[in-house]
Amino acid sequence: MYNFEFAKPATIAEAVEALAGEEAQALGGGQTLLPTMKQRLAAPATLVSLNAIPEMIGVCVNEAGEVCIGGATPHATVAREAQAQYPALAALASHIGDPAVRNRGTIGGSLANNDPSACYPAAALGSGAVIKTNTRDIPADDYFQGMFETALDEGEIITEVRFPVPQKANYQKFVQPASRFALVGVFVAKYADGVRVAVTGASSDGVFRWHEAEAALSADFSKAAIEGLAAPTGAMISDLHGSGDYRAHLVKVMTGRAVAAAS
Amino acid sequence: MPKDHGIGASSKRREDVRFLTGRGRYTDDINLHGQTYVHFLRSDVAHGRLHKVDTSAAEAMPGVVRIFTGKDFEGVGGLPCGWQVTDRHGNPMQEPAHPVLAQGKVRHVGDPIAAVVAETAAQARNAAEAIVLDIEELPAVVDMKKALSADAPKVHDDLTSNLCYDWGFVEENKGAVDEAFARAAHVTTLELVNNRLSPNAMEPRVAVGDYNAGTDDSTLYTTSQNPHVIRLLMGAFVLGIPEHKLRVVAPDVGGGFGSKIFHYAEEAFCTFAAKQIRRPVKWTCSRSEAFITDAHGRDHVTKIELALDAENNFTALRTETYANMGAYLSTFAPSVPTWLHGTLMAGNYKTPLIYVNVKAVFTNTVPVDAYRGAGRPEATYQLERLVDKAARELGVDPVDLRRQNFVTQFPYATPVAVEYDTGDYHATMDKLLEMIDRDGFEARAAKSKADGKLRGLGINCYIEACGIAPSALVGQLGARAGLYESATVRVNATGGIVVMTGSHSHGQGHETSFAQVVADMIGVPEAQVEIVHGDTANTPMGMGTYGSRSIAVGGSAMVRATEKIINKAKKIAAHLLEASDSDIELKDGQFTVAGTDKSVAWGDVTLAAYVPHNYPLTELEPGLEETAFYDPNNFTYPAGAYACEVEIDPDTGKVRICSFAAADDFGNVINPMIVSGQVHGGLAQGIGQALLENVSYDENGQLLSASYMDYAMPRADDVPFYQVDHSCVTPCTHNPLGVKGCGEAGAIGSPPAVVNAVIDALHRGGMTHVAHIDMPLTPARVWSAMQG
Repeated sequence: MYNFEFAKPATIAEAVEALAGEEAQALGGGQTLLPTMKQRLAAPATLVSLNAIPEMIGVCVNEAGEVCIGGATPHATVAREAQAQYPALAALASHIGDPAVRNRGTIGGSLANNDPSACYPAAALGSGAVIKTNTRDIPADDYFQGMFETALDEGEIITEVRFPVPQKANYQKFVQPASRFALVGVFVAKYADGVRVAVTGASSDGVFRWHEAEAALSADFSKAAIEGLAAPTGAMISDLHGSGDYRAHLVKVMTGRAVAAAS
Repeated sequence: MPKDHGIGASSKRREDVRFLTGRGRYTDDINLHGQTYVHFLRSDVAHGRLHKVDTSAAEAMPGVVRIFTGKDFEGVGGLPCGWQVTDRHGNPMQEPAHPVLAQGKVRHVGDPIAAVVAETAAQARNAAEAIVLDIEELPAVVDMKKALSADAPKVHDDLTSNLCYDWGFVEENKGAVDEAFARAAHVTTLELVNNRLSPNAMEPRVAVGDYNAGTDDSTLYTTSQNPHVIRLLMGAFVLGIPEHKLRVVAPDVGGGFGSKIFHYAEEAFCTFAAKQIRRPVKWTCSRSEAFITDAHGRDHVTKIELALDAENNFTALRTETYANMGAYLSTFAPSVPTWLHGTLMAGNYKTPLIYVNVKAVFTNTVPVDAYRGAGRPEATYQLERLVDKAARELGVDPVDLRRQNFVTQFPYATPVAVEYDTGDYHATMDKLLEMIDRDGFEARAAKSKADGKLRGLGINCYIEACGIAPSALVGQLGARAGLYESATVRVNATGGIVVMTGSHSHGQGHETSFAQVVADMIGVPEAQVEIVHGDTANTPMGMGTYGSRSIAVGGSAMVRATEKIINKAKKIAAHLLEASDSDIELKDGQFTVAGTDKSVAWGDVTLAAYVPHNYPLTELEPGLEETAFYDPNNFTYPAGAYACEVEIDPDTGKVRICSFAAADDFGNVINPMIVSGQVHGGLAQGIGQALLENVSYDENGQLLSASYMDYAMPRADDVPFYQVDHSCVTPCTHNPLGVKGCGEAGAIGSPPAVVNAVIDALHRGGMTHVAHIDMPLTPARVWSAMQG
């Protein structure tokens, strides 16, 4: 790790100001950034910690009934505090990494990084969440723009993520044996106006929606409804942990399981 | 009643007090006055010609003390290989030079090119980044068979090819073996890969070199399983320092599994550089660095064939193996696929004719050497997979086929040069079947089927050769070292006992179990015995710990030294009791004149030895300290039977281990709890190999599994609660404790059980086209095999 300056602002406004500095980098829980810095693959001049901004931490329900999670809220807090309102989301948070990861890693950090194997992108896209930043509201459908790519501008901070609460939902993660990130993860959410199916881990384009499954499940929310579907095609990742064909197959298996387990 | 003291008692591990409370003293805990830090600049290409190493900008960086390159090691010895294999034509193996820092070429990703010594570790690393390299990247060889093609790039330009040796064993039997195959009623053939593993000891390697200019003494603190071996190899072959001017200390070491046997470049560098700059030099390996510098294990590609007669008796066995050596010969690398592998190919069976061919190959990968089991897991895996396949082809019960061919008469001379002194393979199989409720399997399988899962049962046997080794024998086989062990037993005036052993404990619990033996022999509390190890300055020349040898060889040396102590103490007691020493009996720490009530306590005798006021000084020296060196007559042969039950999720290919049972014959057992722990650890590593672990290179020699993000180590939830048993005991006939060794059995015996179980499950599920799946049996591989 190279030397760097460290800023710990107490408000969003201070954070935005600090991030305007030369080679400044926002620090969420640091679960990806710090190992990268230790490997000397990243060398920000200033790290701006978002972990001491009270308005960015916590879980609440707004007037529209949406679950609103502050951008700097650790996974463990989501697992605990979203349980009553959105159990599928809480369950997803409770299975990210290990206890140390869950107590440091944040939802904003995960979404800003948009790792193609991370869990939260599937929840955000599968729920049709809104990613609120210091400047605007970004619908999840517009937010994810490919592996490690998002709609965020330089210096833009995820301050909150708003999740509409579905009638039923479930997340099924099939873990990569070494990292235990998602080899394939599928988030299924049934809303009054239709079903959303978001897939993480499988595609080199990052998280994506499986539209054919959504259509089939919107008509008939049952495991049987997708049995006739071909597994999704597209830019499936093929690596030492599994071929593209295997991942595509798992998408279908995990989708079926998520439907069966949705509650 | 289980014993609560001495041999056979499950005494609590005394070393755990310091390990579990953070009071261990590991090499990285050692910091010396004026210490500097070294960072190695390593090759990021697998094969390249090194045209220039420009250190000028780096020299000017803050904190830099000195930068070393290959030029600094011209005229200095290279890293030696400790075993010379002779090929099937009678020629010595090809043995390339292995410089401490690369000279002329780099040969694997991780090969050290330059070493920056600086005031801090960060400064050393910063300066290393400022070194400018001119490397001409060359085509790399990774696949062993391709490496042997005529037009393959050569890893070592001065060798004739990438073939280290072509070994035949027993070469004279080749014709007879081929004839037996021609006559066979049935032949079963299997091609398989024994996957390459990264050892991943919890503590990465560390070295601290120190030099005292006032006395011209060098000291190396290092994470080693065998400090005396390092002192000999590094002193004699690399740096030219005689033993009396070189001290090697291996303090608490956090696991080795073989990877800390070998003499590595970093150790030699730190010792060398400390003398050059007249300051201590420290290197602490990062986990990333460990993946590309610690010697890997396994990596065999094998074709194996079994010939059977019409009654299903094994009549001959034939194998052809390619064994990856990596880019250089690590310390004991040539011995692993030959003498530690070919000699075990008989397994538990009386196959009369065996021929083993091994081609050892250089590739542009990290060197490969011994890893927990070393050659024996490879032999066991081939044989036990093959026998299972044969049983399936013949439609006979795999246990029955094994039993029919078991060796039952001991001693048994195998056709592969070793003699099993003792064993009872039916007994361990009987015990195993008793443990696993085989009769209940069908009901469990039906339940799994109802849950949409495929259940399978895998059973196998294993035998291994431990307690290495008779020095004269291994000398004939090419070892450049003796393989005895040593112990000094020092009794203090007030009766306390210190044992200085050449064995080294890096997790095995010797400080507890060795003390149990001596305490039992003399009849004093275990707490009265202290075990000292790991420092060449205060232990006798010993060969260290590997190959499950410590209790069998090191323990035997300790017994011999203790016997000498007892003999002398009896003479002193006889003097004090005014009796003949042949009449003195020692029991529970009391010396008694046989048939009388006259006795004298252990402490009175030890005090007399050091305060010899009333002492037979004309016949006996004062003091009570004895040393013994023990050279074994034979290997020991632990053996057993293992069973694994798995459940496969057919939708994903994921294998879950439902149960695992191990019935081992380790001979006599000193501490059953420690032995169970050793088996547990070995099983976890074997299951890791079978299901999870794999070192993977791309065709350019880049390591794909270079961190825990891609190299899967077994976690607690990957393994079941084990059933282990070591109540079947056929004591070793040739060492004083009747012990065989237990450290590697779990890792040797478990991979075939897991794979046999998976294949069984697939066949029961109707997927009879799946004859074999190469390890690791990841969900992706199992699913892929199921698709046909």
